[in-house]
Amino acid sequence: MTAPTEREIREVVLRALGNVAPEVDLETIDPSKDLRDQIDIDSVDFLNFVLGLHKGLGVDIPDSDVAKIATLNGCVGYLVSRVK
Amino acid sequence: MGEFRMPSLGADMESGILVDWRIKPGDTVKRGDIVALVETEKGVIEVEIFESGVIESLVVQPGQKVPVGATLATLRTDGRPAETRPPVAAAATELKTAAPPASALVSTPPPPKSLRPRISPLARKRAEELGVDITTVTGTGEEGSITALDVEKTAEHAKPPAAAITPVTKGLDLGAMRRVIAASMARSKREIPHYYLNSTIDIRSALDWLAAENAKRPVTKRLLYSALLIRAVALAIREVPEVNGFWIDGTFKPGDGIHVGVAISLRQGGLVNPAIHDVDKKTLDDVMENMLDLVNRARTGHLRSSELADGTITVTNLGDQGVESVLGVIYPPQVALVGFGKIIERPWAAAGMLGVRPTIVASLAADHRVSDGHRGGRFLIALNRLLQEPDKL
Repeated sequence: MTAPTEREIREVVLRALGNVAPEVDLETIDPSKDLRDQIDIDSVDFLNFVLGLHKGLGVDIPDSDVAKIATLNGCVGYLVSRVK
Repeated sequence: MGEFRMPSLGADMESGILVDWRIKPGDTVKRGDIVALVETEKGVIEVEIFESGVIESLVVQPGQKVPVGATLATLRTDGRPAETRPPVAAAATELKTAAPPASALVSTPPPPKSLRPRISPLARKRAEELGVDITTVTGTGEEGSITALDVEKTAEHAKPPAAAITPVTKGLDLGAMRRVIAASMARSKREIPHYYLNSTIDIRSALDWLAAENAKRPVTKRLLYSALLIRAVALAIREVPEVNGFWIDGTFKPGDGIHVGVAISLRQGGLVNPAIHDVDKKTLDDVMENMLDLVNRARTGHLRSSELADGTITVTNLGDQGVESVLGVIYPPQVALVGFGKIIERPWAAAGMLGVRPTIVASLAADHRVSDGHRGGRFLIALNRLLQEPDKL
């Protein structure tokens, strides 16, 4: 099986975000700014987001890497490096 | 013969709409089974049955709105053949005395029918639309009966205009939920003599332990810091049980277990505080799993009746919102609420050395009719000590 493309990964990330914050218009997210500053998510939501990424891509993100997925661009870049 | 009645899912619930049955006549049910979906101001709730037996008849049909305590279905218990229904008068008395366990928490049972105010159907409809409690309306009609005009006058005086025009939405009615929160919190501040205590807790050991523990775990088994707080609260309650239970009819009734209500804000707005049962007897992993499940079900509207009705204390963690400390409002008829603020690094002097530590402010809002500041202080001391030994939580 080939690794998912960056575009596919971005779709998984957006879907996982949409599941935890269904009221958010994903188009309006600034990909270079901290997600938690733009979306009202608490620690349970964030865990659900990480669980959603795990389900969608099979990537287990350790707590110590959480800072790397704080922005949309950062998250996609991190996941691209992890699924290779 | 047993009767399955509309449960009380909180001190301020007066009625509920039966949305759907999960059972049909002839089905065998056991205590704890989910048998019906009921819509309340807190959303659609999965309602459990308190008796085991065989369903005999469904008395209320989907779509019907009935008061708390009304019979929804009848069942044969212990496999005995069905008995004939008791005479109507006897059934009415039973309604007042033999409410399901959850109703025991309600300090104001629904008034008997004879005391109901006289009210025209149109006025009743207006009262529902405007969210007016008809027992507060003075009737000016024939023999003191309440007219639609009386209801409208009361609504004008009692409520800000915005509340009266809240559209009724399908499913979760946020206007109705806000009115329930308003009634409950106003009752709390009117009746409960709160006292408040704060304590700043060094949380470094707990966070270090959590980080090390999570590093060993797959993401599906990861622990959140709030699960540690909930466990620590439950174990501290064992030492100071006066904060766990209810104030009902002028006396303190200790909780029948340590069922920690977790204040959960809903994305659409509003708040629910379903309970995690027997937190003191569960492992940290079980509490974590329960908490995640509860938050997810609260936010998708699939809470169960027992979870909404029987929290014996409430915990609120507003740390994620950047709040430094919480001075909580107790959820009646409970007698205490524990609040946590955000983790803040502070200069910290310990053993003659000055360092920087992550800290939180833990607060206790408690009912002074039940406990005093001295015991409340013991509770916070216990909480602090427990959080210093996270491996034992």
